[in-house]
Amino acid sequence: MQVPAPFEYERATSVDQAIGLLDRLGDTARLVAGGHSLLPMMKLRLANFEYLIDINDLSDVLGYITVEPTQIRIGAMARHRELLESAELGRAFPIFADAEKVIADPVVRNRGTLGGSLCQADPSEDLSAVCTTLNASCVIRGRDGDRVVTMEEFHRGPYETAVGDAEMLTEVRFPLRPNGASAYEKVERRAGDWAVVSSGAAVWLDGDVIADARVGLAAVGPNTAGLPEISAMLTGQRPSEELYEQAGIIAARSCNPVTDMRGSEEYKRHLAKELTRRALRRSVNRINEGS
Amino acid sequence: MTAVEDRKVTGFEDNDRKPVGHGRMLRKEDPRLIRGKGRFVDDLQLNGMLHLAILRSPMAHGRVVNVDISAAQAHPKVKLVVTGAMLAEKGLAWMPTLSNDVQAVLATDKVRFQGQEVAFVVAEDRYSARDALELIDVEYEQLEPVVDVRRALDPSSPVIRTDLDGKTDNHCFDWQTGDEAATDAVFAAADVIVTEDIVYPRVHPAPMETCGAVADYDAVEGRLTLWSTTQAPHAHRTLYAIVAGLPEHKIRVISPDIGGGFGNKVPIYPGYVCAIVGSLLTGRPVKWVEDRSENLTSTGFARDYIMRGEIAATKDGKILAIRTNVLADHGAFNGTAAPVKYPAGFFGVFTGSYDIEAAYCSMTAVYTNKAPGGVAYACSFRITEAVYLIERLVDCLAYDLKMDSAELRLKNLLRPEQFPYTSKTGWIYDSGNYEPTMREAMRIAGYDELRREQAEKRQRGELMGIGVAFFTEAVGAGPRKDMDILGLGMADGCELRIHPTGKAVVRLSVQSQGQGHETTFAQIVAEEIGIPPADIDVVHGDTDNTPFGLGTYGSRSTPVSGAAAALVARKVREKARIIASGMLEVSVADLDWDKGSFHVKGDLTKSVTIQDIAMKAHGAGDLPDGVEGGLEAQICYNPENLTYPHGAYICVVDVDPGTAQVSVRRFIAVDDCGTRINPMIIEGQIHGGLTDGVGMALMEIIAFDEDGNCLGGSLMDYLIPTALEVPDWETGFTVTPSPHHPIGAKGVGESATVGSPPAVVNAIVDALKPFGVRHADMPLTPSRVWDAMQGNARPPV
Repeated sequence: MQVPAPFEYERATSVDQAIGLLDRLGDTARLVAGGHSLLPMMKLRLANFEYLIDINDLSDVLGYITVEPTQIRIGAMARHRELLESAELGRAFPIFADAEKVIADPVVRNRGTLGGSLCQADPSEDLSAVCTTLNASCVIRGRDGDRVVTMEEFHRGPYETAVGDAEMLTEVRFPLRPNGASAYEKVERRAGDWAVVSSGAAVWLDGDVIADARVGLAAVGPNTAGLPEISAMLTGQRPSEELYEQAGIIAARSCNPVTDMRGSEEYKRHLAKELTRRALRRSVNRINEGS
Repeated sequence: MTAVEDRKVTGFEDNDRKPVGHGRMLRKEDPRLIRGKGRFVDDLQLNGMLHLAILRSPMAHGRVVNVDISAAQAHPKVKLVVTGAMLAEKGLAWMPTLSNDVQAVLATDKVRFQGQEVAFVVAEDRYSARDALELIDVEYEQLEPVVDVRRALDPSSPVIRTDLDGKTDNHCFDWQTGDEAATDAVFAAADVIVTEDIVYPRVHPAPMETCGAVADYDAVEGRLTLWSTTQAPHAHRTLYAIVAGLPEHKIRVISPDIGGGFGNKVPIYPGYVCAIVGSLLTGRPVKWVEDRSENLTSTGFARDYIMRGEIAATKDGKILAIRTNVLADHGAFNGTAAPVKYPAGFFGVFTGSYDIEAAYCSMTAVYTNKAPGGVAYACSFRITEAVYLIERLVDCLAYDLKMDSAELRLKNLLRPEQFPYTSKTGWIYDSGNYEPTMREAMRIAGYDELRREQAEKRQRGELMGIGVAFFTEAVGAGPRKDMDILGLGMADGCELRIHPTGKAVVRLSVQSQGQGHETTFAQIVAEEIGIPPADIDVVHGDTDNTPFGLGTYGSRSTPVSGAAAALVARKVREKARIIASGMLEVSVADLDWDKGSFHVKGDLTKSVTIQDIAMKAHGAGDLPDGVEGGLEAQICYNPENLTYPHGAYICVVDVDPGTAQVSVRRFIAVDDCGTRINPMIIEGQIHGGLTDGVGMALMEIIAFDEDGNCLGGSLMDYLIPTALEVPDWETGFTVTPSPHHPIGAKGVGESATVGSPPAVVNAIVDALKPFGVRHADMPLTPSRVWDAMQGNARPPV
């Protein structure tokens, strides 16, 4: 049994109280949601905090998935399982179910949260790539109220986010646009492993022309990265295999993978290309199947 | 003799059969284990028990300059802190390994691998013990590590084992087998020679339960009780007596329920010794249980063989000779658990299942700055490596000759009339009938149809592979004239006692780690004595309550202890026959045995049951002349030879041409382990071993970075397969009984782990044939498969 260093523990009863505790305890404190990233790191003593503030009691107030005419708002405490099982979310953004099916295992998905995944800011994390692909924005609450940042602003580097001292991520917003679909492709060495590389794609059509398209990659650099060059190249074009191939080539040369036990740099670049191609193809097929 | 049984009976129907003897029945131990009522080492709670934690080296090679324990000693809940220097004062800093080397219990001079034991803390609870480790201040002088096994013998490499007198290099041992000159001559004259560099990377058994112990020393009685995760309680007791200087009769080793062993729990680890020292010094029970990272980084690994294999053949595919040169990485200490005369284990059976003219192997083993071990993970004393080598080489030969790999094997398999067969490296294969086994696997697979499907798919650019492997195992070590572990002969005892009411207790020297001994051994005895398995209690894993023997590893339980159990039951039956003759007032020659009763020849109405006899043996009234009361016996069984199970495996894979991901679509395993005692238990062992094999072939490796840091220190980094990576297993069997085993049984526990890695790798390499791939080393992760598709197949180390 791996045992963590001593720490004190408090259960937050409201968002404001949690923020108040963070304000008082400073960087010796950490919020714990699902705990599936934080607790293993604490047990390995890679992370040592004097205080844990448990926000699981806030799942009632922060566990929502709300569909509005122009956006979907998801509370930071929505669990993986709820994201996987939400029919409304699945219709609007099939990429969520694609990704959630390959995130860890059911035990982790029962506990892990959207907010926890984003705040962990692991460069291999799947939901970060999903949010990047869908051009999500993050609502961060502090003592003085809310501020909203883009995904590019939210992720500052590996394990580093825009959430400051005495702040917490409370909501993620996803803009809704007509005639679009999305998909997620991941290669892993084994079920439940982190991605060797994964690629998310979202495409919106205007007639038979691409109105907009976005690609987000995970595990190929310090951040899950959006690729504006791909969006620019695809916009206004008719979907085709050649186009997906070109997008894949851009993905392969735009990322920064490193060789590790999951794979060689060359292989990861190849996957960035192959998976981008597949995700775009699947997205477009989904639009056509739906129409 | 070949038989094929109807396999329709599965699941809970099994229990309805309630065989009095061999047959399919659910496991007696499972009601306890599946309800969470098993009793494992870490479940043990004793009054006043303290907890021990071990400080480990953060680096692979370094000089220990100073160890300051004062802050740890000042921790309010700490009872004891011990360093290597303190152990050295008591003469306990070093201990013998199972290979006649020595290993540091706690480092005194240097640390020699990352994770090596440096100091330990005993505290009131596990958390405090772990916290106090961080208060120990160790000053190291970092030394250059020896990580690359191929450079271990370079004169420029630092010497790891400076503790050994006069040691000036990292050489561990040399070993050879076979006839070099004869082999060279055959190679010189052969039409075709295929050479391939084949690596079996370092892997870890990773049992679900890590290693641990509770030591309880009673200073008044001078008695030590040690509950520990050991596959060999008796052998461990003797070694503790030698190491710690305690009298053997005052030591009791108890191995309770064990959560998987796979050879990981054969060696004696420093942690066990630390727990004993902790209890001796505090006078209180001390518990030590590894965490997962400690298990993966410091305990017995498996394999790590760098092999160059050569196979010589005629141009029409008759295999003539095998030659191999092996570089073996043994880590920092030679902690291999193998019979003394076999430093490379049973690697000598690398000639496999084929009728060849000559064979030769030369091996050099070296020390590196890595954890010690080598023989583990269901390896049958290195037969995993041997079978992998030959089965890859045969496929390389098939590739070069453009022959079908199954056809090439069929052409070269040993023929039934050649048994008993003496191999070119001196192993006497007791029995075998290989072709029917191979044909059965091909039948279940629909081999020809699979090849047709593959050809069609290749036309379309799809990558489908079919891998064939045939193995011969050598298990049941072993004859005491040849085989011992640190001087202890590899025989096993067994004691059977029938109680007055006809219930029985059988006491074994081997120790189950999940193999189902409580069922199988009850069935072996039931078959011989006619008492239902439910009425036979199996006692094992307690040196005070079982006869001496060397324990469970190398698939030896059924070949050795199983034989002992059958023979002791027959001995009791012979005594029962004499008592029955008195009861029925006829001579023993006039009695016939039906399973469970004796009757007078020709008169079924005149009979006595074994239960009647048991009561008579203990009851009032005279017994026949010269017969003592009671109904019990004890024996010690010395096997005459190993047993040689075999099997034919066929694996079907699909490889995604875009991502290089491998999907194992089908796996057909036809095993021949001689007489089958409980088919359900055999199938369970096969399923587990096949899963291991898929894991090794696709994902498992204990790798190190250039500084000697272990890259497989958690189950996030060291991947083991899940149900999602394996197909529904398709099993079949043939039966070729062992001629020398009393019931014709052979071992089976490791067959699937031995036979499946080459089948999976052969299938993947076969799928990659359009890319001109003849060989690619494990683990075949998507990235490594893709490298092979680009013509860049590289060894993993």
